[in-house]
Amino acid sequence: MPKRTDIRSIMIIGSGPIVIGQACEFDYSGVQACKALKSQGYRVVLVNSNPATIMTDPQLADATYIEPLTAQLCEMIIAQERPDALLPTVGGQTALNLAVQLQQSGVLDRHGVELIGANLTSIQLAEDRQLFNDTMREIGLRVPESRVVNSVDGALAFADEIGYPILIRPSYTMGGAGGGVAYDAEELRSVAANGIHQSPVGEVLVDRSLLGWKEYELELMRDAKGNFVVVCSIENLDPMGVHTGDSITIAPAQTLTDKEIQRLRNMSRQIFDRLGINTGGANVQFAIDPVEGDAVVIEMNPRVSRSSALASKATGFPIAKIAALLAVGFTLDEIPNDITQQTPASFEPSLDYIVVKIPRWDFRKFAGADPVLGPQMKAVGEVMAIGRTFPEALQKAVRALDIGMDGFVSEPGEQTTPEALSVPTAQRLFQVAAALADGIGFDDIVAETQFDPWFVQQMRELMRVYGTIAGEGRRLSDICADEMHHLKQVGFSDATLARLMRTDEAAVRQRRKTLGVSANFYRVDTCAAEFQAHTPYLYSTYEMEDEAAPTDARKVMILGGGPNRIGQGIEFDYCCVHACFALKELGYETIMVNCNPETVSTDYDTADRLYFEPLTAEDVMNIVDREQPAGLLVQFGGQTPLNIAGELERLGAPIWGTSVDTIDLAEDRQRCHALMRQLNIAQPAGSSITTRAEATAAAAKIGYPVLVRPSYVLGGQGMAIVFDEAQLLAWLDEHVQWHGHHVLIDQFLDDAYEVDVDALCDGEQVTIGGIMQHIEQAGVHSGDSACVLPPYKISYFHLDIIREHTRRIGLALGVRGLFNIQFAVKDDQVYVLEVNPRASRTVPFVSKATGHPLARYAAQIACGQTLSALGFTEEPPVSGFFVKEAVFPFQKFPGVDTRLGPEMRSTGEVMGHAATFSHAFVKSQSAAGLPLPTAGTVFISVNDFDKAAVARLARDLARLGFALVATDGTASWLGRIGLQVSRINKLSQGSPHVLDAMRAGEIELIINTPLGGTAHEDGATIRSQAYALGIPIVTTMSAAAATAQGIKQLREKPLSVRSLQAHYAAVN
Amino acid sequence: MQAALVLEDGRVFPGEGFGAQGCATGEIVFNTSMTGYQEILTDPSYYGQIVAMTVPHVGNTGINLEDPESRKVWVSGFVVRSLSPLVSNWRNRGDLATYLCERGIIGITGVATRALVRHIRERGVMRAVVAHGSLADDNIALADIARNSQDMSGANLVDAVTAEAAYNWTQGSDAQWYGLHEDNSCGPLIVAYDFGIKRNILRMLADRGLRIAVVPARTSPADILKMQPAGVFLSNGPGDPAAVDYAIANVRALLGELPIFGICLGHQILALALGGKTEKMRFGHRGGNQPVKNLDSGAVEIAAHNHGFAVSAGSELGGGEITHLNLNDNTVAGLRHRGLRAFSVQYHPEASPGPHDSFYLFDEFVDEVAANV
Repeated sequence: MPKRTDIRSIMIIGSGPIVIGQACEFDYSGVQACKALKSQGYRVVLVNSNPATIMTDPQLADATYIEPLTAQLCEMIIAQERPDALLPTVGGQTALNLAVQLQQSGVLDRHGVELIGANLTSIQLAEDRQLFNDTMREIGLRVPESRVVNSVDGALAFADEIGYPILIRPSYTMGGAGGGVAYDAEELRSVAANGIHQSPVGEVLVDRSLLGWKEYELELMRDAKGNFVVVCSIENLDPMGVHTGDSITIAPAQTLTDKEIQRLRNMSRQIFDRLGINTGGANVQFAIDPVEGDAVVIEMNPRVSRSSALASKATGFPIAKIAALLAVGFTLDEIPNDITQQTPASFEPSLDYIVVKIPRWDFRKFAGADPVLGPQMKAVGEVMAIGRTFPEALQKAVRALDIGMDGFVSEPGEQTTPEALSVPTAQRLFQVAAALADGIGFDDIVAETQFDPWFVQQMRELMRVYGTIAGEGRRLSDICADEMHHLKQVGFSDATLARLMRTDEAAVRQRRKTLGVSANFYRVDTCAAEFQAHTPYLYSTYEMEDEAAPTDARKVMILGGGPNRIGQGIEFDYCCVHACFALKELGYETIMVNCNPETVSTDYDTADRLYFEPLTAEDVMNIVDREQPAGLLVQFGGQTPLNIAGELERLGAPIWGTSVDTIDLAEDRQRCHALMRQLNIAQPAGSSITTRAEATAAAAKIGYPVLVRPSYVLGGQGMAIVFDEAQLLAWLDEHVQWHGHHVLIDQFLDDAYEVDVDALCDGEQVTIGGIMQHIEQAGVHSGDSACVLPPYKISYFHLDIIREHTRRIGLALGVRGLFNIQFAVKDDQVYVLEVNPRASRTVPFVSKATGHPLARYAAQIACGQTLSALGFTEEPPVSGFFVKEAVFPFQKFPGVDTRLGPEMRSTGEVMGHAATFSHAFVKSQSAAGLPLPTAGTVFISVNDFDKAAVARLARDLARLGFALVATDGTASWLGRIGLQVSRINKLSQGSPHVLDAMRAGEIELIINTPLGGTAHEDGATIRSQAYALGIPIVTTMSAAAATAQGIKQLREKPLSVRSLQAHYAAVN
Repeated sequence: MQAALVLEDGRVFPGEGFGAQGCATGEIVFNTSMTGYQEILTDPSYYGQIVAMTVPHVGNTGINLEDPESRKVWVSGFVVRSLSPLVSNWRNRGDLATYLCERGIIGITGVATRALVRHIRERGVMRAVVAHGSLADDNIALADIARNSQDMSGANLVDAVTAEAAYNWTQGSDAQWYGLHEDNSCGPLIVAYDFGIKRNILRMLADRGLRIAVVPARTSPADILKMQPAGVFLSNGPGDPAAVDYAIANVRALLGELPIFGICLGHQILALALGGKTEKMRFGHRGGNQPVKNLDSGAVEIAAHNHGFAVSAGSELGGGEITHLNLNDNTVAGLRHRGLRAFSVQYHPEASPGPHDSFYLFDEFVDEVAANV
């Protein structure tokens, strides 16, 4: 069937901010869909609230709306743009839910918009747990015994019938949000209550738990003619009970016979038939009894997903792109396979390599969070590695994680017991390594982990080989070519070998090369080499022949950011992709190196050549050796590539742009301080210390409160503000293992305004890209603070000082590209807090707000262009206001204090833009998922320092008609100035207390500023519960002021929407 | 123990031996199926061939009692990247190495199979030898052995694999894998020519209510007609179809007498009987992921393939028409002669291993047979 000509304009909904369960895989799928539909001549209207995405770049769609993903604003966009169709399947659960809402509320019918790529019936059949289970039974497929309930009592009653453990899965949520396992009635009460709350329709599915069954997933596509293909089979290492997003997974499935895999394929096809999925992709998850082989259907997602992004990267079959083409009427046999060029997309990829995905967790950021993995996803990112065998792929995946592990080995000093192995955690893989090393029995390991013995045997074999090097006091010179080749074939890194043989990595590398053992590259070709691959999508291995076929073109290599984690996310992928596009335009051949399967950078369509490899010096140098690039760009992928830049340079790699020495100058505190002194630029007083005694002395000299952190950290890891010596000592004991590690102690600038500047320098000149003012006061990590462009409360006087400082610092450092400076303004003094000689987290935000692609400029500068030549010599004016708000994963970590501090904990961001600051702020809050109320009751509880400021705020809110509720201290303070306040009990005062009121839905807004540095227990509970209950909560006074202002304006004037394209046109 | 795969052009792929020791020759081919090695090993169509699997880990699910496609292992040698060190599957009854050893088949692991596939892709399939044990280091001698072995072109291998005597087949599929299970105790009788037939073809026919008499390849048309069947099935099998001259003649004699359905070699023999031509392909199609377009419906089936010869495109089929095309290279994948009630496909609707998209062809045959009763 040819493409549809009755539709001309198509709206695509993105997935909003990066959250746990929905990360940049939907930027990848959205970008693919936009590109595919545009190339077919459709007008694309895009809406997404996330400015850090590539999909929201104005050139990818015809009209790009960075607006909150709410039905109300979407309807305004639809009314304005009049699209003919809506494609809801490439923006994750968020887009699917929003599309259902738009359909059910009549918006789509009202404006004559057709849903394409999925229909309402199939979405409902797939998403409604009860309907889905009933439908499966109706077509003769097995599902776990289950019942949908909408009350805790209902859940308890069903559990009595079928017995524990019981699995709870809420309807219409993503990443298993709100899911859990209950082993008894007490646990069930709390898990069920939470699940019911988190489900937008207030219902959960209570399942007989299939804990310990094997879990599989098939990624599938079907077109309007019924042509049906399995793109990929995926096997989970972790058995049922661990969310698939938290599972280590392997593709293709390794432990099924053909009959078993075809049975799953047939079942999937039956499900597609019954649900009417006929123009796109979907996945189906199965559980298989390891003893009897029974296959049970767990769920299906009628859309592009995280695992379909993984499957696309694992196979070279671009699911999202093809899904978009199927949605507009193409059939699979009409779409060519990009890689072979001569065969059609109507086939099933055959893999002659193994793909391993390992999730990346960040539990250290969430003290008090339950580290046990379960049905609710907790990972913030993932890596994928490709190897010819499972051991090779596993070891590559481990070192790609960038967690300090150089392969599948036990962590130093790690001891484990069989019992510990039964608990799924982020460390379990390494505990298995430790168990194997400690000689815990194979059968015990299998029984406790419930990993398939096949995988455990492969791991045992790895540890055996490890032992042959570790145990015998082997020396590098003892290793012959054959043994070295074997060690490399099973994935041991030079770093591991160096460690075991007490030498350094460079020596291993040298020895390896002397022995003639070097990596070769194979292509990911969808067809196991049956046809020639025309797309250079490569992975390394140690085998025969090489398929890299490097060209003689002048080429530049871009190092990506690795796995998403808190502090390093999609923003850096955005920068890498832009750098790549810029270099292509300049005529360079571009080479991308990255190991994150969720990203646009690892789309084989992005760079001219893609190496899907870990970002370690060894792996990158293997590619450098083969490709001989003219230059490497390390400043776009965040901290990960910067960390290996020095090593790469030592090994002879040509680093372009900002030099390694400049990076060190900015990151080395001593050197940076000296430079600031030389430039006569103020910095907070600070010290670098290595003992407890030095710490207390330094803190006393600087004066409390002080900011403390370990040196060289990402995203403010471990950073804290301490208010007295006791707190300081407690922090040191908890966070610091001395042995010469430095701890930084800085003066904390209380009540200061923070300002972020992104700027470019070409060595001769500095141009500022944007100046952002944080809405929260200093002390909140810049990645967690809302910020506004342009600044709304900083004087021109100070802004000019900031501009001048920026210019001088850029030139003094000799930056060649982007840099970012954090300033603080306190008592008329401008301080420099931090200088980052690389693309920062805010680059995409500034680029969207100003219309200037800063990352692109930076890449051009790295290639020798000047700012003058680029015509970017003036700080761009900003029309209206752009507010960036951070989005937090606290709902996934119940019990964790949500108070913001110097340690970054947000996973993503949204942008609100409008002509006024207040409307922009309102939009940002709405986009972040906590829309501000326009009426109701506000609960106020502030610390003593904020009492003065709260008076005016409370008065404003009262004038807006809000009822005020406060606990004793705040209430009497507000009462004294004549405000009507209802008193409410603190938790310690007993029920009915504030938490009861929150749970009863009697509170619409919370203003709670924590006291000093101590975790005030009431406050912590209130803040954590506010997230769980979805009540907007403001934890700083400046944000509270913005909130009040926003609510006021929202009541006075309705919001409006404007595309970026229209905005830029109006500005210029 | 040391082992090697040596090709007739002198290329050597070293590896580690498993299974039997010694030396065996055959045509080196590769298969891209990611599952189903047990079915592949026991498929008589691989007689005379050394099979290399492209999927790296082989042997993971061991050996079970249900999956063999015939009474024995037919490949001359088996080449893999990584033999599984451990077997894990609920149906498992044994491991691959022991299985091959007991059956005298040489296996070789640790082979750079991707390089091998690329070599075959560029140069075409060729004769080769696998050696496991003392012989394995004499590459020059091994290459000579390969060069002196039988060439697949012109080889009639059917006689080596066909049943010695006729027998009846009644067993259908196991209920846990497929849905159809009609009683076949008194259904119409068909005769299946065994050119190297796979059990799953027989199960598929039995599932659909047919009584099946399997006959040796050299059974005469007169003997067949004496059995008064309602249809004739032409099975898959090894070797060059053009070399099986007696089968071509027999089928020609049966054309028009009875509905005929052929698979793989049976398809090629039908085409030759209709007056068509066949040709050797450079490296054939072997795998479970090939797209076949049904020209009647326009639908695409993902199909299991295993063939090194094909019906020549544009060859004269005596009024027959092409019904299916392989979309990867537009080779003939199916044909039909309406007047003579004969049809056939180049690929394997019985799958095993492979997707089940093409089961409908058995239904079509049953319909033809029913119309003839």
